[in-house]
Amino acid sequence: MLTFMASDSEEEVCDERTSLMSAESPTPHSCQEGRRGPEDGEGATQWGNQDSEEDCEEDPDPYACSGTPGRPPGLEEELTLKYGAKHVIMLFVPVTLCMVVVVATIKSVRFYTEKNGQLIYTPFTEDTPSVGQRLLNSVLNTLIMISVIVVMTIFLVVLYKYRCYKFIHGWLIMSSLMLLFLFTYIYLGEVLKTYNVAMDYPTLFLTVWNFGAVGMVCIHWKGPLALQQAYLIMISALMALVFIKYLPEWSAWVILGAISVYDLVAVLCPKGPLRMLVETAQERNEPIFPALIYSSAMVWTVGMAKLDPSSQGALQLPYAPEMEEDSYDSFGEPSHPEVLEPTLPGYPGEELEEEEERGVKLGLGDFIFYSVLVGKAAATGSGDWNTTLACFVAILIGLCLTLLLLAVFKKALPALPISITFGLIFYFSTDNLVRPFMDTLASHQLYI
Amino acid sequence: MTAAVFFGCTFIAFGPALALYIFTIASDPLRVIFLIAGKASEGLKSINPDDTVPSMRLLAYVSGLGFGIMSGVFSFVNTLSDSLGPGTVGIHGDSPQFFLNSAFMTLVVVLLHVFWGVVFFDGCEKKKWYIILIVFLTHLLVSAQTFLSPHYGINLLSAYIIMVLMGIWAFFVAGGSCRSLKLCLLCQDKDFLLFNQRSR
Repeated sequence: MLTFMASDSEEEVCDERTSLMSAESPTPHSCQEGRRGPEDGEGATQWGNQDSEEDCEEDPDPYACSGTPGRPPGLEEELTLKYGAKHVIMLFVPVTLCMVVVVATIKSVRFYTEKNGQLIYTPFTEDTPSVGQRLLNSVLNTLIMISVIVVMTIFLVVLYKYRCYKFIHGWLIMSSLMLLFLFTYIYLGEVLKTYNVAMDYPTLFLTVWNFGAVGMVCIHWKGPLALQQAYLIMISALMALVFIKYLPEWSAWVILGAISVYDLVAVLCPKGPLRMLVETAQERNEPIFPALIYSSAMVWTVGMAKLDPSSQGALQLPYAPEMEEDSYDSFGEPSHPEVLEPTLPGYPGEELEEEEERGVKLGLGDFIFYSVLVGKAAATGSGDWNTTLACFVAILIGLCLTLLLLAVFKKALPALPISITFGLIFYFSTDNLVRPFMDTLASHQLYI
Repeated sequence: MTAAVFFGCTFIAFGPALALYIFTIASDPLRVIFLIAGKASEGLKSINPDDTVPSMRLLAYVSGLGFGIMSGVFSFVNTLSDSLGPGTVGIHGDSPQFFLNSAFMTLVVVLLHVFWGVVFFDGCEKKKWYIILIVFLTHLLVSAQTFLSPHYGINLLSAYIIMVLMGIWAFFVAGGSCRSLKLCLLCQDKDFLLFNQRSR
């Protein structure tokens, strides 16, 4: 996407970023809308977070691909790789932080590993006498969950197509409120209980009020970038914890697998809802709602001069692909990274500007599902750290591969499948094969 | 078991590896990624023409460190987590120095992996197969020695001797010499970390 082209099509990347920094947020075009369900506290749904993010459109202009005369053809590839590498690093840290918060909470606060009811979206119980019945119930739970997700995605696409922006915006605000106030209150309560710290109600309310209010301001309006990032990581962690608590064991694993498949289908198939959503957003050249996307962008400064077509003739600029990932929804809007391509000025006579810090965006749903996988690995009975670490490494490897693939293919790719697949493979193999082996080795102090 | 045991053993086992990571890799992660993606020279030129081209040796070092950290972590992290819980070490007749021994053994394994990585890559590049054989055999030897488990003394001592020898070998393989070592220790070497950091 030629962000700096003097074209009327304002890249939403530009808008998105600036809207993140100075969110004159009445650009409430969030394509993604997760489903917000009526929240009734624990035991009910936790639809709080819509992690469905829309990614920015990604498609590069065709003529951006021509490259600049005089630029070595390999250089674009190098730039590709460079931005890809940079984005990998920019995403590793927040994803790691989110997973660390989730794992630390799971390991220390008993509340999130206690079975205390199930969501209405997974009505079948797993306390069945036979293995076959349990498997069947988990598959049925998954089917229900995924169909809810599909229905909500389609609802979202419909809302977006018919421009019901106010509705979407209101929904988004309501779910952020729920997350920032109610879930934080519960979380804080449980942490205080675990460490046996007494806190009086006035202090508690003051704390929660401040936390929530600043969070709303940072996320939906303006705020320091680091603070906004921190809040987004925290609400992703809270959502993931709620999932870990309320999804039964086997259902959680089947749901994770099914979500990745759905993600793949919805993003890559021509009639997939997410793809339609993205295309609609592209047609309208609208910014995607920023509140549900984690962004590592700095201020989006226009470092290039406006190009004067008359003097330049055909625009031939090299592009540096920029990868964005947006994941959709906490409930199944699959995530898919998108490639945006800002351009660098390369025509003769202008020095190459330093590329500004280009951020990368990742939808909160990705954070949530990654953390659910690692958290579930940490929560399972054996309390084994090897399994947790193996899943963590698997997810990071998957993320790295996804970003590199994105740099290669330069089109929207789903972010969940590779990471979740690796995570699942590593989880089951480590838990069943590696763990007993390493336990025996460690207890006899044998090293391999 | 106390928090002191936990923190002490953690830092014994992973301190040097963490220091190596922080001082050599964390400040320049792009180089590492480029190396791994295989586009070292041109990619780096596009970033910063002044940087030296990373070589296969850097890749060997990074991969050795990565393998070492993973191996150390997988061997030791469950033991560490148990050391935070209640219990009495050696109540069934095992040695009371269980944790310390495991920590030191983990340290030696991590460092050995780093050195093995460097030497192994060099052997592959120069197609000297005896090097690979030696790496393989020393690895087997160190692992087999751990079967002497309750007799920590011999086990640890010989493992550390092997580590020092491998370290010296890796140092010379990576291009070091006595002269460069002296310059480095006296902080006169232009390429050395501290020298660079002063001028940064």
